[in-house]
Order: sequence, then C-alpha cells, then structure tokens
Amino acid sequence: MIDDTLKARFDKEISENPIVIYMKGSALFPQCGFSAKAVSLLQPLGKLYTVNVLAEPAVRDGIKAYSNWPTIPQVYIRGKFVGGSDIVAELAERGELEALVKG
Amino acid sequence: MLNPDVLKARIEAALPGAEVELRDTTGTGDHFEARVVSPTFDGLSMVQQHQQVYGPLQDVLQTGELHALALKTYTPEQWSKVKR
Repeated sequence: MIDDTLKARFDKEISENPIVIYMKGSALFPQCGFSAKAVSLLQPLGKLYTVNVLAEPAVRDGIKAYSNWPTIPQVYIRGKFVGGSDIVAELAERGELEALVKG
Repeated sequence: MLNPDVLKARIEAALPGAEVELRDTTGTGDHFEARVVSPTFDGLSMVQQHQQVYGPLQDVLQTGELHALALKTYTPEQWSKVKR
C-alpha cells in the first residue's frame, strides 16, 4: 500500500519532469553501480531529475509499490515507468532509448 | 534447486506461442537467464513484457528459490532483426 500524499508526490514529479530517476545517491555521487549506470546512460539525453531514496526510506518503499517493481533504480521517461538499469541498458543497446526521451 | 525445464514450461504456459531459451548461469539452479520471444509482447513496453514473464514465477521469486532471472524479451519482429 502507498499513502495518498506520497502517490501525489510521485505523480507530480513524474508528470513535471521528462526524465526522473529514483536512485541510490545523487546524479553527481551515485551510491550504487546500477544507479550510476542508469545516470550515465540518460545524462547525455537530457536534464535529469533524481531522487535519492537512501535519504528518504518512505520513498524507497513507496516507489516500489507505486510501480509494482521490486528494485531501485527506477527510471520514468515522459510520465511512463521505463524500468531499472537492465532495461535502460537494453533500450540503449537497441537504439530505442533516445526515441523514448524525444517522444 | 529449480529445474530449468519446469521454469521454461511455466513461462510458455503463461505466454501462448512464446519461444523460451533458458540458461542456468551459475549451475546452482537458482540463477537463470532467459530469452523470451512472444507475440503477446506486441505493443507492450519492456517493463510490461518483463512483468508478463515474472508473473507466472511470482511464488518461486518470493520464496527465493529463484534468486535471479536476467531477462531479454523480444516480439517476433524484433527478434528477427536481432538474429540477422
């Protein structure tokens, strides 16, 4: 379950920012290799809005319930949940990541 | 210890027409990688495709019997391009 305040916050962050990453650490100082990988693949494509889940335990659990996806990082592009670092890497490899960002 | 043939059969039963290629990556029966090509993936995002594969395996994922499943999913059309 996820409380309404948190859900409203996620809705807002994801709708107002074209690329959102819920991650461990910050874009400048990722604290997990998977989060770092997601940042490095997306950084060249546009401005990132990142949320450090280590600083906010409620967000760490909340975002997993929100997306029904069990792991961090979680990447949202143009309002849609895209996946974790594996999926982002696979999309980049298939040449589909940039198109997702551009829309 | 999970039998890869059983996992494969469960994925195939949940996704009619799917082609599943499964490999035990550590030889310990709990870490696998899978390539799933299915017409039911058409029009779905990659996350939705992965969720369709995780769905029928929820119980063994939750008990930890299946510790890791690295997934690659393709529609038949995408797969025909990759193969070439």
